[in-house]
Parts: sequence; structure tokens; C-alpha cells
Amino acid sequence: SGAPAAEWGGFEDNMQSGGSAVIDMENMDDTSGSSFEDMGEMHQRMKEEEEEEAEGEAGAGEEEDGEFLGMKGLRGQLGRQVADQMWQVGKRQASRAFSLYANIDILRPYFDVEPVQVRARLLESMIPVKMINFPQKIAGELYGPLMLVFTLVAILLHGMKTSDTIIREGTLMGTAIGTCFGYWLGVSSFMYFLAYLCNAQITMVQMLSLLGYGLFGHCITLFVTYNIHFHSLFYIFWLVVGGLSTLRMVAVLVSRTVGHTQRLILCGTLAALHMLFLLYLHFAYHKVVEGILDTLEGPNMPPFQRVARDIPVVSNAVLNTTAKTIALTL
Amino acid sequence: FPGLADVSISQDIPVEGEITVPVGSHSPDEDYSTLDEPVKDTIMRDLKAVGKKFVHVMYPKKSSALLRDWDLWGPLVLCVSLALMLQGGSADSKDDGGPQFAEVFVIIWFGAVVITLNSKLLGGTISFFQSLCVLGYCVMPLTVAMLVCRLVLLAGAGTISFIIRLIVVGAMFGWSTLASTAFLADSQPPNRKALVVYPIFLFYFVISWMILTFTPQ
Repeated sequence: SGAPAAEWGGFEDNMQSGGSAVIDMENMDDTSGSSFEDMGEMHQRMKEEEEEEAEGEAGAGEEEDGEFLGMKGLRGQLGRQVADQMWQVGKRQASRAFSLYANIDILRPYFDVEPVQVRARLLESMIPVKMINFPQKIAGELYGPLMLVFTLVAILLHGMKTSDTIIREGTLMGTAIGTCFGYWLGVSSFMYFLAYLCNAQITMVQMLSLLGYGLFGHCITLFVTYNIHFHSLFYIFWLVVGGLSTLRMVAVLVSRTVGHTQRLILCGTLAALHMLFLLYLHFAYHKVVEGILDTLEGPNMPPFQRVARDIPVVSNAVLNTTAKTIALTL
Repeated sequence: FPGLADVSISQDIPVEGEITVPVGSHSPDEDYSTLDEPVKDTIMRDLKAVGKKFVHVMYPKKSSALLRDWDLWGPLVLCVSLALMLQGGSADSKDDGGPQFAEVFVIIWFGAVVITLNSKLLGGTISFFQSLCVLGYCVMPLTVAMLVCRLVLLAGAGTISFIIRLIVVGAMFGWSTLASTAFLADSQPPNRKALVVYPIFLFYFVISWMILTFTPQ
């Protein structure tokens, strides 16, 4: 009677929660170390307890020690488990979100193409179709268009360097990439929006693919005319090569649209944008006339301008020549 | 079980195969011991690995050493040295060469990432960093070409020097493309090799073009 009371008193003194059966999480010992250590400690203590018991010591003291260690180990272990669970949940959520959004397998079907197919599509992009009353098939493939855009970037870089274009506040590479990708993605989106308004049967990927393959003509024209500087040659290439690829795109779009007004809107916009882009690429990044640069004032120029285009006299002359040539050919 | 007593393999069907025990990698003791080794050993080991990869690029054989233990030290060193050498090549003397360095850096790493993504999308079996490693190491011939160009330009900037530079850069460009193709094209299905080789060709072409059109101040 006396001894058990003393035992229980001692027990209460040792416990921090004041003898309540509920574990008070606030008093959890955060510095209890790893739960493994606690378990190890517990095991060690229990083994020692057994040994002591085997030697015949009082069981109450050991029980007291064992239970006290149990509580300490338990608190530390609970903390560890809660933290561990939260970590697992967080990791699972993050990996799920990552695998959902950053999965490149989403794009995999659009790159499933053979080299022969790419070559065939490149050649087809220059051949206008005759049958416009039957919806033409467009392959929703992104490999060819992507490679064509990068090739156009490379050709543009070459043209800019050979024409000594100086970009002050930017970089050559940045401008080339921005122009080409901006055209491909921007005009595709705009045409897709127009197609949506005009009820044309075309998806975004198909539009991207169509416009991308239409850049093949641009690549050929610029590759030739950046190296051979004849204006008449450029105009011939512009009309023939650019015209052919535009006609193909227009014919495919027309075959997928119903109604005369809608067809006119779509085709007019696409033709204008495509041909004007080729014109822009030639005159913006090409040596216009030799000797123009000699008349520039170097230090007084405002920032971010391309040197070759900064003289209104020259650009007006160019525009006049262009207009005259177009008027003559029409 | 009388039926089982007659179990036998017919003499016509040979039973053969290979039992290979994978060579165990380092035992746990070795891993712990690299913590205690002197710093010189660690650095020398890494330098030796990088040097071995450079040798692999010089003589492109089909070896898996380059692919297995990838590291990005070599590509970083090559990229930085190439970008430093390409600085100061703008026609305008007021440029401080800042955009030049960033341009080269971004082109190399962005281009390598795009090629890697492309080869993965086409069904390649190579991992992301392995591909980056190979593409970065194969920039080495072009860095050598840049060095040679700079030396040639010290002597003068005439037509002859341009022809020399053209030949050197062209040869190194071909070497780079062949070396990286030797490593990367194997990881593709056989009929799609051309689809993977073209972006690599374009990538090294842009770098070679940057080197060739470099004119110092």
C-alpha cells in the first residue's frame, strides 16, 4: 500500500503531462532524435530490464522506467510519423502535377513521322491542289514545321550578318528567333481564330502544320536571294515560289470552308500575310544598296534601330520601286 | 507420382543460354571511403573522367563510356571558353561584348535542350542528361577551330585567311557532327536516324557560322 503509492507518486513526478492518459502533443519532445534511436533505446532498455528482472530486482521500478521511455519514444515517433506522412503526401501531389503538365509524351504523337513522309510533305507543300470541293487531308505533324522554323532562323542569321545589320539593344539571335517563331505561332493562332469565325474545319495543330510547311518556300527563296543579290531575281522567286506555297495553303483552307465570303476572308488574309512576310524578311535583313551605310551618322543615332533601314529616302525609294514593279506585273 | 518419373528433355531441343552475373559495383565500404580521401584524389578522378571523354570525342568509336557516366563539366568549360573567344566580334565598337557571351551560351544550351527533346520525342532511348553531355562534348572540335581562327586572324584578315578559316571550320564542323551522330543516332530506331541527325547538323552549323563570321576589333 505504501510502496505502490510511492511508486505512483514517483511515476507522476517523472511524467510531464501530470498523469493524464491523453498524450499532450504540446509537450512533445522535439529533440528526441530519430525514432530509430528511440526504438533502439527502448529495445536496449527493455533488454536491460529483462536482465535486471532476471537478476531479481523490483519490477515496479523497471516498469516505471520502461513506460517512461515508452512515452518519450512514442512522442518522438508520433512527431516523426506526422512529418513523414505530410512529406509523402506533398511528394505524391507534386509528382502527380509534374507528370501531368511536364509530360513530353503529350507531344509524342505529333512527332511520329518517317523521313520519307517529311520529304513527301515538303515537296507537296509547293504543289497546289486542284480539288477544292472535297476537304483535303492535313497531317497534324509538328516535326517538319519545327525544323523548318529553325532552318529559317539559321538563314535569317546568315542574311543579317552578311548585310551588316546592327541591332543595338538586342541580339541578332534573339531577333531572328523572335521573328520566325512569332510569325509561326502568331499567324497560326490568328488564322485559327479567323477559321473559327468562318466555320472552317481545321484544328490548331493542323493550322500550325500547314503554315509551318508553307515556310518551306520562304526558306528556299531567302536562301537563294540572300546570296545572290539581284532584285529582279528576288521578285521572281517571291512570286513563283512564295506564290506556289501560298496557293497550296489557300487551296487546302478553301477546301475546308463553306461559303464564298468566308472563303474570301480566310484566303485573302492568309495570302496577304504570307507574301508580305517574305517581302519583309527580304528587305529588313538584306543589304539594300551598297553605299547607303556611308551616309549614316554614327554617334547621333537613337538606340534600337537597324542601320540599313533608317534612312527614309532609301526606304521610300525601295517602296516606290516595289510598287512600280507590282503595278507593272499586274 | 508415376507420370513425373518420365520427365526428360528431348535430345532435339538444346537447352542453352548464358548466365552472366553482373559485375558488382563498388561495395558499400568503397563508397564510404571516398569521403575520407584527400581532395586531390577526388579532383584527379573527375579530371581523368573528363579527359577520357575528350579522347572519346577525338576518336569517335562506339563506346558506351561517354553515355554511361555523363557529366557536364566538359560542356561547361567548352561553352564558356567558346563564348569568351567569340566576344568582341561585333562591328560596333560601342558594344561591350555583353550580348555576345550570353548569346553563345544560350544558343548552345538551348539548342542542346531542343535536340534532346526532339530525339526523345522521336522515340530515343537515351536519357536527357546523357544527350546533353554528348552534344556538349562534341563542341570540342569547334572550340579548337575557334582557337585556330583567332590565331589565323592575328596574322591578317585577307582572302587567304578566310579560305584557311573556311577549310578549318568546315572540317571541324563535319567532325563534330559525325562524332555526335556516332553516339546519338544509335539510340534511335534505325529508319529515323535522319530525323535526329538534321537538327544536330543545323545546331553545329549555326555554331560554325558564328565562328566563321567572327571578326575581331
